Amino acid sequence: MSFINYSAREINVKLVYYGPGLCGKTTNLQYIYQKTSPNAKGKMISLATETERTLFFDFLPLALGDIKGFKTRFHLYTVPGQVFYDASRKLILKGVDGIVFVADSQFERTDANLESWDNMKYNLEEHGFDITKVPHIIQYNKRDLPSAVPTEELRAALNEYNVPDFEAVATTGYGVFPTLKAIAKMVLKDLKKQAMGG
Amino acid sequence: MLASQTVLYEEEHKQITEICENLVTEAHAKLVFLVDKNGQLIAVAGDSENMDTTSLATLAAGNIAATGGLAKLIGEEEFSILFHEGSRDNLHLSLVAQKLIVVVVFDHRSTVGLVRLRVKKATTRLTEILDEMEKKRKGDQGNPLFAEITDDDIDNLFND
Repeated sequence: MSFINYSAREINVKLVYYGPGLCGKTTNLQYIYQKTSPNAKGKMISLATETERTLFFDFLPLALGDIKGFKTRFHLYTVPGQVFYDASRKLILKGVDGIVFVADSQFERTDANLESWDNMKYNLEEHGFDITKVPHIIQYNKRDLPSAVPTEELRAALNEYNVPDFEAVATTGYGVFPTLKAIAKMVLKDLKKQAMGG
Repeated sequence: MLASQTVLYEEEHKQITEICENLVTEAHAKLVFLVDKNGQLIAVAGDSENMDTTSLATLAAGNIAATGGLAKLIGEEEFSILFHEGSRDNLHLSLVAQKLIVVVVFDHRSTVGLVRLRVKKATTRLTEILDEMEKKRKGDQGNPLFAEITDDDIDNLFND
């Protein structure tokens, strides 16, 4: 749920990175954090286990510039990808404005991708959201790995609603910012559409 | 369309901040902040210098969300008050009208009893303001600010 504060002249938006365990959601945020100038970002919070697996969420606040004199602030969250953290995943989707679904391109993660995609739709429904109405895009991560499935196959399996999708190698940063820009733009355009009564 | 957005106008922000400021004084607190359940910071009062209020807001909301999840598992609707005791500072979190979270940071100069009492009073006033806001927003289609924003404005934001 976006939050517009006229006093602080801010538009706040919540973006969530969703996907199966170890697909690179946290790595996306870490890369964004490293490459963003200090005045445009806040502190990155990672609630992780001792083995650096996300336990609850990662959080990164970003300022992307001004529109009509209002600062646009994006709050980026990741969910814990491991199957048994479903209760936490559901909590983080609350009030979401846009979703990046990060898929793991490796052949052996095909089922995990599909399971996570279905889980996301289910959790959205639990919050009363319909995936077709939620701005979302798909990122095919780990394109550099030898067992990466051709993008076309991943697209056919996961891109159910023909939304914009991006190839990525989050460890090197390839595709990370194009993904972020695309979802941020899509969310703002969706808010505009809502304001126009559409 | 997603859940309706929260819009806070200057006058409302002023009223809410005033309540938080009074709460700081009356509860002998160090800091009071108001967060929505999604982790958006709404207002801050007290000594917030050197304090990462954005992170505090996010974690407070996460804390309330996780505790709410626990409550449901044992058949409770929600735990409306949380208290964390530290060696120096303490945190008191409570829900307002199931929508907002009041977070009070206090030390030895106050007590949990006093904080609880003052928060209760502030909650009543905040609930009234929220009700008024809801009445005003009833029937609003979307925020006029977004109606004024053009696609070019949005595209320009992302030009390198």
